Amino acid sequence: MSDVKIEISELRKSFGELEVLSGVDQRIEAGEVVCVIGPSGSGKSTFLRCVNLLEQPTSGRIVVDGVELTDPDADIDAARTRIGMVFQQFNLFSHLSVLRNLTVAQRKVLGRDRVKAEETARENLRRVGLAAKENATPAQLSGGQQQRVGIARSLSMDPDVMLFDEPTSALDPELVGDVLDVMRGLADEGMTMLVVTHEMQFAREVADRVLFMDGGAIVEQGRPADVIGNPQRERTRHFLARVLNPTHAVSAVESDSDHG
Amino acid sequence: MAVQTRPATSGMSKRQRAKIGRGVQYAVLLAVVVVAALLADWGRLQDQLFNLEVARALFPTVLTTALLNTVLYTASGFALGLGLALVLALMRMSSVAPYRWISGAYIEFFRGLPALLVFLSVGIGIPTAFNNVSFNRNVTVMIALGIVGSAYMAETIRAGIKAVPNGQLEAARSLGMSHGRATVTVVIPQAFRIILPPLTNELILLTKDSSLTFVLGATLAQQELTQFGRAAMTTYPGMTPILVVGLCYLVITIPLSVLQQRLERRFGPDGR
Repeated sequence: MSDVKIEISELRKSFGELEVLSGVDQRIEAGEVVCVIGPSGSGKSTFLRCVNLLEQPTSGRIVVDGVELTDPDADIDAARTRIGMVFQQFNLFSHLSVLRNLTVAQRKVLGRDRVKAEETARENLRRVGLAAKENATPAQLSGGQQQRVGIARSLSMDPDVMLFDEPTSALDPELVGDVLDVMRGLADEGMTMLVVTHEMQFAREVADRVLFMDGGAIVEQGRPADVIGNPQRERTRHFLARVLNPTHAVSAVESDSDHG
Repeated sequence: MAVQTRPATSGMSKRQRAKIGRGVQYAVLLAVVVVAALLADWGRLQDQLFNLEVARALFPTVLTTALLNTVLYTASGFALGLGLALVLALMRMSSVAPYRWISGAYIEFFRGLPALLVFLSVGIGIPTAFNNVSFNRNVTVMIALGIVGSAYMAETIRAGIKAVPNGQLEAARSLGMSHGRATVTVVIPQAFRIILPPLTNELILLTKDSSLTFVLGATLAQQELTQFGRAAMTTYPGMTPILVVGLCYLVITIPLSVLQQRLERRFGPDGR
């Protein structure tokens, strides 16, 4: 086996009485692209947010790059510099220009000098096709552009792993493609990626592995052609039928999961 | 003029009635102005309130001493108050409980006291209680105004910090910033943009509160606008000094409002 980037064992998370994750195990190897699908409330976003400890797990073990993050003595800030995170709502720093969004953490966390930080920032803006926008403020950008800046901001820290929390869910449909193209490019370059998404087409084409989550657990996982193309579990079939055919034009739950 | 698009039905249309209503309101306003103008004793008013000779006699001291002192007292008090308020706001949100208690008690205490009492306590209470402690008068003024302003501004700043979306903090943390670093670099700058209007409010309030320095006593060179105006009224007949001094306050506060609007526009409609 090649080297393991993320290793999660017996991950549990409760909010008060409500158990959101009920024992999740997962190993993600270097360069793997893993897409997490599932109905809302299935715990998939919480799962992703536990990986960089934005949510503190109730119990379980999370190891990224050989560092156990769930160890109370772990330097979580240092670990997070190697784990990029892209948010559904972009969360660009609204008081800073695009360029400064990309340089601020490089300078204040990694201690890079201005020249080096801006060089890295411009390189990553080019990578997401927004080199011309470095002086814009986030409010001047479309949602799709903001999300690409969000990706470039994470990439500027030179992460080993990228987490995507429904990166296209807040976008107008015509803007989704540009963001997915950037993510596809990253996958091709060999970035290790964990992506919570509703974009089944993207999961099919780009993912090495798809996890279907429901009720706080991984119900089914495997190659996308299997999980999405030929789901074995009833819950997976039911979910895919609703996602791929939301208007119920054809009666649900057959091998109709091949969308149009 | 207005074209009737509909055949007139019985009575007046809604638009006609609104038109008449507006006409009545203008008529009432006009009547009040005319009556006031007729009843006023213009000769005496000019003599007592708009006496140009008296006004001329007040210049330039009203600007070079009184206005300048008001600005200096306010600026120093505001600077101290803002710094204190920021510390208090952060303390009030601290995970260390005693910090929250201290900050909460301070805010409740000084927010509830009249500014005059604070001035008396700082100016007279402290030197009395601690025999050897006596501040320079300017420092006393700064401390008193700073305390008065800080209690209000602490709550304003806390509200601003809470208004910054949590996603901003999460994004900063996910890039490896510590909680403190993220607060300083990302949250506080955005909070200040949100609270610019109430902060300007507080600065204007402090400008007026600086008139309370009279309780500390003042030499001629230490007089601020209000005290200067009152002193001038004992020298000159009539109320003209009060009018002049009042206009001087507006000379300070109106530019502040304009500056606030400029800054708000510059920072733009904050895109979230």
